Amino acid sequence: MSVAATQQYDDNPRRASILTLLMEPTDTSHPDYYHRVVDCQWACPAHTDVPEYIRLIAQGRFTDAYMVNRESNVFPGILGRVCDRPCEPACRRGRIEQKPVAICRLKRVAADHRDDVTKLLPKIPKLKNGKRIACIGAGCASLTVANDLMPLGYEVTIFEQYGEPGGLMRTNIPSFRLPQTVLSEEIGMITGMGVDLRLNSPIKSMRELLDKGGFDAVFVGSGAPKGKELKLPGREAAAANVHIGIDWLESVAFGHVEKIGKRVLIIGVGNTAMDCCRTSLRLGADSVKVMARKPRGFFKASVWELEDAEEESVAIIINRSPKAFVLASGKLTGMLFDQMEYDLDARGQITAERIVGEEFLPADDVILAIGQENAFPWVERNLGISFDKWDVPVIDKITFQSTRPEVFFGGDAAFGPKNIIWAVEHGHQAAISIHRYAQGEAVAERLAPTVNLQSRKMGMHEWSYSNDYTPVERRLMPHVSIKERFKKLNIEVELGFTAEQVEQEVQRCLNCDVQTVFVAKLCIECDACIDICPVDCLTITHNGTENELRPRLKAPAKNLAQPLYVSAGLPQTGRVMVKDEDLCVHCGLCAERCPTAAWDMQKSTLHWPLATAEAASLEARKPKIA
Amino acid sequence: MTFIAKPKVAHPSLPRNALGSTRRDYEGALSTLCAGCGHDSITAAIVEASWALAIEPQNMVKLSGIGCSSKTTAYFVSGGHGFNSVHGRMPSIAMGANAANRALTYIGVSGDGDTLSIGLGQFCHAIRRNLNMLYIIENNGVYGLTKGQFSASADLGTKAKKGETNFQPPIDPVLLAMTLGASFVARSFSGDKEQLVPLIQAGLKHQGFALIDVLSPCVTFNDHEGSTKSYAYTREHYEPAVHADFVPLQPEITVDYRAGETLPVVLHDGSRILLRKLDAAYDPTNRTSAATHIQERMKLGEHLTGLLYIDESQRDFHDINATPDAPLNSLPFETLSPGSKVLEKALAAYR
Ligand SMILES: Cc1cc2nc3c(=O)[nH]c(=O)nc-3n(C[C@H](O)[C@H](O)[C@H](O)COP(=O)(O)OP(=O)(O)OC[C@H]3O[C@@H](n4cnc5c(N)ncnc54)[C@H](O)[C@@H]3O)c2cc1C
Ligand SMILES: Cc1ncc(C[n+]2csc(CCOP(=O)(O)OP(=O)(O)O)c2C)c(N)n1
Ligand code: SF4
Ligand code: SF4
Ligand code: SF4
Ligand SMILES: [Mg+2]
Repeated sequence: MSVAATQQYDDNPRRASILTLLMEPTDTSHPDYYHRVVDCQWACPAHTDVPEYIRLIAQGRFTDAYMVNRESNVFPGILGRVCDRPCEPACRRGRIEQKPVAICRLKRVAADHRDDVTKLLPKIPKLKNGKRIACIGAGCASLTVANDLMPLGYEVTIFEQYGEPGGLMRTNIPSFRLPQTVLSEEIGMITGMGVDLRLNSPIKSMRELLDKGGFDAVFVGSGAPKGKELKLPGREAAAANVHIGIDWLESVAFGHVEKIGKRVLIIGVGNTAMDCCRTSLRLGADSVKVMARKPRGFFKASVWELEDAEEESVAIIINRSPKAFVLASGKLTGMLFDQMEYDLDARGQITAERIVGEEFLPADDVILAIGQENAFPWVERNLGISFDKWDVPVIDKITFQSTRPEVFFGGDAAFGPKNIIWAVEHGHQAAISIHRYAQGEAVAERLAPTVNLQSRKMGMHEWSYSNDYTPVERRLMPHVSIKERFKKLNIEVELGFTAEQVEQEVQRCLNCDVQTVFVAKLCIECDACIDICPVDCLTITHNGTENELRPRLKAPAKNLAQPLYVSAGLPQTGRVMVKDEDLCVHCGLCAERCPTAAWDMQKSTLHWPLATAEAASLEARKPKIA
Repeated sequence: MTFIAKPKVAHPSLPRNALGSTRRDYEGALSTLCAGCGHDSITAAIVEASWALAIEPQNMVKLSGIGCSSKTTAYFVSGGHGFNSVHGRMPSIAMGANAANRALTYIGVSGDGDTLSIGLGQFCHAIRRNLNMLYIIENNGVYGLTKGQFSASADLGTKAKKGETNFQPPIDPVLLAMTLGASFVARSFSGDKEQLVPLIQAGLKHQGFALIDVLSPCVTFNDHEGSTKSYAYTREHYEPAVHADFVPLQPEITVDYRAGETLPVVLHDGSRILLRKLDAAYDPTNRTSAATHIQERMKLGEHLTGLLYIDESQRDFHDINATPDAPLNSLPFETLSPGSKVLEKALAAYR
């Protein structure tokens, strides 16, 4: 049928105008295109190659899986337990059958079952390059900078105010979630590279460090150490029984605090609140209430942290706004709250709020968990390091350089509190900048990411990946019994997946990195791929604008966050092949069915440059002396 | 063919029909045809149409003969009843089944070889009887299953894969059906589901014999340069003349006909076909002029497609033969076998 005839079938009255604004063929050579299809890797701040490590776990290659992780996220054992896991809400499997792949739990599997990796760690040159780098704070951001720069020959000194490295991972994340042994081992892999780790060495003056330290560059990884206050009547008088969450957790971690009252109120419902309430239960509290100002949909805590707290019988009380601390004979007896009521619109946004009453709740202790900020009392404000009107340092979002060229910031210190995996990625990027800076290169001109493609076709009906869709549901993490876990503060609650659970969970990954790659000129428009696709993501149709095209695809493409692939015009009719990337299960049936191999399944490998790649590329460009 | 079965996973927003089923519930076994075969696309169109009509799978009867095309009845509506007859004999099986149980929906799938070579006689008589069924010919111009010999629908001058030319004139099933008095005659293309799906819906709802000749390229033996039934050649030489939209029976008719542009044809059960002429000179309700028109275009090497002829007023097999209204298996034994006295009385009438 001619193109004209195809068009006659479409009685869309808007077609005339649509035809003038056709979609351009998708540029799949742009490194973002195929990267984005791998939802988990795209969402991961450090771009961990998730499907690759899951396949390695499936093959029982735990050590290799661990090393794939370590390359990107540096702390697989730690992150396999406590990562904020932005990859999971992004995971494609979660759009197909609600629950995403247990990406984080599988990371722990690799870490728990790996062999000794000492020999696989980057080699540290004996001969140093003569450049000295100072890192302030031994949190994950600074440790990542050291991890990336030590193999390049830098001498890295880390100054840490406390007697142990690890930052909030050590002082705030409770050991029932993250065992000290796991933490120490992974930090040891970095300090063992020959880092000059100076414990109990707070930096009290940035000026002094810059003037007298003799460093070529300084990385500030001092975190966001200031917990927010709640200034309400009675706060001062009740001070003995009102605690700032992050400070209190720190005191618990260092053994300075060993018990708490029977009735505890936690103010705020973020992740710090979750750690505070669960820690309270382990220090003798028997009634713990988490007080939320707003309804459930507005909680800041991750779903899994809420679940874990509620499993331990923590009560979460909504619509209570703190009003005053109540005392009797100079001692805290409880708190007064306003009872709130909210009007929500169709999208669940609050349109109005009102106070409908008042409530008193008795308490022996109150813990404030309403947020943190970064603070730099030790950075003099006349060093050329600019701070904005909120007294936050001015940092370049890509290079992490401050307004003083040799000073870089990363982790919570850069843009306020985030999480470990972001701090790691900041560390990677800052390391690239520090390297370029120390080598006298422009900091902003860094390597761009690239993507390689390689066919997975092995033979007539053979593909070198497991392309069968396995309809198993997400496995549930086994926990230590409620009774048992409270016996000691540091009993890790999560037991890790069993072998059977691993075997099933790995099959849930859809291998989103095995991409559907299309060559328009080979297509004979036989419709075989369209008919076989189990999730209806393919359509051959006349081109249109994106808005007009999305609703008329075989399955309307409603998820605007997922791109459409649009081919060049097809040889026989000039129509286009459109793929909605949203729900492709990467089964490869389109490629399997295609008589002309217009579709192929090709594994994409993302090269996300780190300091080593940057160094290799700088080295390659150096003039060679004959 | 594919060894990996299409997984059961489906698009979460897959629509449901009146029975609460999705399109996936109307699929069948895994196809063993060559990847890219037109027949598989027709299968997908049948799945779509059966789903849209919300046919109860157990009320569907799938009949076929022998050939790649005839294998496809296994690939849709796995909940239906199926019968693969010997080569070219599908119409007689359809006849018998239909006579016994008129309450079911009959769909026959055959090939150009199965229908126009060995089965030509049976095919003609099914048309004459106006048997209430949809008869689909998956027309690829070759005997696909036996490795690509010319069939009776091979065009003059078309070339086989190895190069030999066909010098025998083709039998055109559309013209043949029209001369035999068929009441519903259509032609379509496996690569055009927008046209094919509503035609299948209309054909399944038509009271009487509905023929759809579907050009269906054989990707392995007849998709080369020089073939007149390849994907490329078909796309260049096929011209939609009449588009048929199927409108199911609705409590209130809300469609607006845009007078002059569309011609509504009311089917027996009250559902409608909206005919939209794409070729102004063509009249799908006039058998003589339509046949002439088709022939003239054929001389130019073009295949007219769409719903080429329709006449809802013709009496079907059951009407002509005054068969009982209900399926035979629902009649009481005494009615079916009234006993020797009644038989004797009947025989006496002939003495
Ligand atoms: C209660 C709680 C629970 C959390 N749970 C999680 C979780 O489950 N998952 C997750 O991903 N993230 C979690 N986070 C967030 C995460 O811990 C931080 O985002 C991350 O640790 C930031 O790393 P960093 O290296 O930037 O800073 P930090 O980890 O804060 O490290 C900064 C280090 O610098 C030191 N330091 C500060 N000032 C000086 C100075 N002047 N001189 C010398 N040393 C100094 C500090 O002592 C500290 O060791 C949690 C945070 C809190 C508060
Ligand atoms: C009685 C008999 N004669 C011959 C054959 C061999 N035979 C099998 S399929 C076929 C032709 C099928 O052609 P067609 O109906 O066009 O189907 P296609 O495979 O092209 O779809 C023939 C001749 C047979 N199976 N039975
Ligand atoms: S299915 Fe696998 S590859 Fe795809 S987003 Fe989820 S974890 Fe990543
Ligand atoms: S791999 Fe191909 S057939 Fe499978 S879901 Fe993706 S587009 Fe559809
Ligand atoms: S199966 Fe191949 S040739 Fe057929 S429509 Fe799809 S891409 Fe084109
Ligand atoms: Mg044939």
